[in-house]
Amino acid sequence: MAVEELTPTSYINHHLTYNTIQVGGNEGAFWTLHIDTLITSIILGIIGLGTIWLIVRKATPGVPSKRQAFVELTVEFIDDQVKNTFHGNRHTLVAPMALTIFVWVLLMNTMDIVPIDIAAAINEHVFGLYYWKIVPTTDVNTTFALALSVWLLMLYFNLKVKGIGGWSYELFCTPFGKNPLLWPLNLLFNFVEYVSKPLSHSLRLFGNIYAGEIIFLLIGMWAATGVVGTIFGTLLGAGWAIFHLLIVTLQAFIFMMLTVVYISMAHESH
Amino acid sequence: MNINFTLISQALAFSIFIWFTVRYVWPPLLGAIESRQKTIADGLAAGERGKHDLELASQRSTEVLKEAKQRAAEIIVQAEKRASEIVDNAKVAAKEEGDRILIGAKADIEHEMFSAKETLRQHTADLAVAGAAKILRREVDAKTHADLLADIEEDLK
Repeated sequence: MAVEELTPTSYINHHLTYNTIQVGGNEGAFWTLHIDTLITSIILGIIGLGTIWLIVRKATPGVPSKRQAFVELTVEFIDDQVKNTFHGNRHTLVAPMALTIFVWVLLMNTMDIVPIDIAAAINEHVFGLYYWKIVPTTDVNTTFALALSVWLLMLYFNLKVKGIGGWSYELFCTPFGKNPLLWPLNLLFNFVEYVSKPLSHSLRLFGNIYAGEIIFLLIGMWAATGVVGTIFGTLLGAGWAIFHLLIVTLQAFIFMMLTVVYISMAHESH
Repeated sequence: MNINFTLISQALAFSIFIWFTVRYVWPPLLGAIESRQKTIADGLAAGERGKHDLELASQRSTEVLKEAKQRAAEIIVQAEKRASEIVDNAKVAAKEEGDRILIGAKADIEHEMFSAKETLRQHTADLAVAGAAKILRREVDAKTHADLLADIEEDLK
């Protein structure tokens, strides 16, 4: 594809540009589709959940295989977290959703650890894709998609569990009190809360992973400056990758926990 | 940072993945885990029951043992009683037998004594008659002196 002169700007631009297509022949910014984000995330989801499915399909109540034991450890860890937070029937939706989020987000975040330039080279020379961002969670669309889905579920459960009356009562009469004078204040407070929830939920994940990627890019740029830069770039890159493993896991866990917390808050009256 | 159609497609992918997990991943694993938990719980309960049974059995065995000891003691006491009874009976029987033997012996002795006395008397009477005959230097006619002899004999008794 396009061969540009390699400058720091072009290097970073190359790595931060999405592979896009326009949907349905529509023009306009909204009808753009980040095909790299979508396909990478779907492949990762299929790999993660498909692997678990393949193992779980042969799950036995007797002595589990090592793979089954590993999956069970993960699932029981998540189930424990959900059990401590959510007090309804968690097996119908919340716990499986938490598992989905944890596995999927963890895999998408982990793509950050993959050496960007090697991945870019493989994408370009093997698949012929010059622009291909490999970390779906550095796309704000992904994190917003997840956070907004959770948000909609939260609204749905608010309505379903409390009813329109119960929810309105909560919107108007909490957290400050049921005095009519306080209604606007309560409503404003709740409005801010409902707006800030998906924003903080999605931007926390996006920001952490995006920042991690940018740091990898900066380290990569330094590594291109000469022998000393390469040595330090390697050391720093390795160090940052190891540290980033923690962030990657932590952010996946936080995203999952916040989802569970939001959904349980929708189930419980104040 | 531009929001576009990717968001909707990602949300769609997300909901499909959630559906997949809810439908195919969660239930079998949960089923396996729960049935294993049940197996373990059953095993623990069975172990508990076994322990309880063991306790009961050991209690019963102690009771049986105690009863058996008591029975044995009773039997021993009875046996001792019976033995002393037998010994007593034997003593009584022996005493009776001894008495009987003693009486028989006494009778025998008396009889012997009597016959010895008789013999002695006869001899003495004969001796007396012979002595008298010698003293009288003549033949004592037994027929003529029969009453005299009878007299002597009477005296010797």
